[in-house]
Amino acid sequence: MPRFHLIVARRLLLLLPVIFLVVTFVFLLVHLVPGDPARLIVGENASQETYLEMRQRMRLDLPLHQQYLAFWREDILTGELGRDYITNEPNIRRVMRRYPSTIVLALSALAIVVIVAVPLGVTAATHRGGIVDAISSVVALLGVSLPSFALAPLLILFFSVKLRVLPVSGPGSMRHLILPAVTLGFALAAVVTRIVRSSVIEELGEDYVRTARAKGLSEARVLYRHVLKNSLIPVVTILGLQFGVLLAGAIVTEYIFSWPGIGSLLLESINQRNYSLTQSCILIISITYVLVNTATDLLYRWLDPRIKVE
Amino acid sequence: MSRLSIAGLVIVAVLALVALLGPVVYSWEDVTRQDLEIRLARPTSAQLLGTDQLGRDVLARTFYGARVSLQVGLLVVVISASIGTTIGLVSGYYGGWIDQVISGVLFNVFLAFPGVLLAIAIVAFLGASLTNLISALCVIGWVSYARLIRGQVLKVRELDFVTASRALGAGDSRIIWRHILPNSVQPLIVQASLGMAGAVLAEATLSFLGLGVPGAMPSWGKMINESREVWFSAPHLFLVPGAMIMLTVLGFNLLGDGLRDWLDPKLKR
Repeated sequence: MPRFHLIVARRLLLLLPVIFLVVTFVFLLVHLVPGDPARLIVGENASQETYLEMRQRMRLDLPLHQQYLAFWREDILTGELGRDYITNEPNIRRVMRRYPSTIVLALSALAIVVIVAVPLGVTAATHRGGIVDAISSVVALLGVSLPSFALAPLLILFFSVKLRVLPVSGPGSMRHLILPAVTLGFALAAVVTRIVRSSVIEELGEDYVRTARAKGLSEARVLYRHVLKNSLIPVVTILGLQFGVLLAGAIVTEYIFSWPGIGSLLLESINQRNYSLTQSCILIISITYVLVNTATDLLYRWLDPRIKVE
Repeated sequence: MSRLSIAGLVIVAVLALVALLGPVVYSWEDVTRQDLEIRLARPTSAQLLGTDQLGRDVLARTFYGARVSLQVGLLVVVISASIGTTIGLVSGYYGGWIDQVISGVLFNVFLAFPGVLLAIAIVAFLGASLTNLISALCVIGWVSYARLIRGQVLKVRELDFVTASRALGAGDSRIIWRHILPNSVQPLIVQASLGMAGAVLAEATLSFLGLGVPGAMPSWGKMINESREVWFSAPHLFLVPGAMIMLTVLGFNLLGDGLRDWLDPKLKR
């Protein structure tokens, strides 16, 4: 693939305007606050001096365009993402303390999706109309309609309260990770199972499958060496694109299981009216989402060189 | 229509009935009355589904929760479909730099955020209220309609009968109203049904996170959140609203899929 590095360069270049606009949007968020955000933070009873100090900290005393430039210069380009209004700690440190937990949770959810959905989808495809196929289509319907905050208490009730095999919530061992990861991955697993199924069915109808069978290859070899390899290409794309959705879903999952990730940090910052920390969390989650989507796109092109640059 | 989509239609019809009949069966007083003496009570003839952690009637709150869900869903779908259709029409019909700005930049920015995160961000800064919730869901909702309509316009614009119509002297507005919009109604209806499912789920999610409808107004997501402390001693407090959310989302999804197959006979699964 001689031109692949060109595709990479082009795709990375396309990232710049998107990131620029995401940063701009995050900057503007604080101006959505009805009334005076500085007054809301310090409270009605604060002295005029405290209030003016907060306005200055939040740069609300500057004209909008200067606020925007300062946001870029002092918050974004320094990598600090602003500082805490009270402790003066750069927000990036607090965010980064929580970030790994979220990534661990999302990757575990993704692992569960792959472990469950690929064999289930392949079986549903090779035994169409069978029992696995029927179950997988019911689960697929459940997956898209059962909200995680109804599934999670059900899982906790069964596995933690009744069977007492898994902890109710909190971080800690691998066992603490299971229920949050299942909760987060359930909906995606349901969808991916159906995608694997239809992808395998489609590939089974291709000419190369007939050739492989005609060569006398065993059905298992045809399936695992040929069909699966090709039918997993669209699945990789879906998984990559859905990883960002998992990051957003993690907000709910982390809240239910008191999981110390960036999602629960986001909710804490909202409740504490820590606007600048809320902005930092939103920015980091969005940038992660955009980067993962770009990486997925590149991976997809690398896996399937037939796809042309548009 | 398939059996599944008829099931979807029935679910949606029953829900609409529940939402409409809510105020007939229960007064606002029934929904908000607290009685700590009978908190977490089992079902009785007075409270058919028992009471919650504050001794409120669970069935009455579930009925009113249907009103909130469907109201939010309907408003979000109507508003975002109108905005999305207009933007999609402009983008697809006029093309050129307008289209590049709208589909190249605007679409991508809105798609650069996971939907729920964008809604959380907006409500977090605007403050929690019914209006702000609906606005936030419209901000994330309009893009799918706009993309749909833009695609539809690009397809229809090049068809022979449109060219013929233009040759006969039809203006932009006539072509848009007489040719392009009627050809976009079918996918729009399907998208609206799926959009209802999405909006109901998003409303429940934000309400669950404490970013939805404030005050005494019951919402299914909020009911699940408020009963967090007693989930395992009184599981019906999350099972009932959870089942309602699931049925609603399922109903609109099935209906949407059914409509797609029914309206487009060329599409055979």
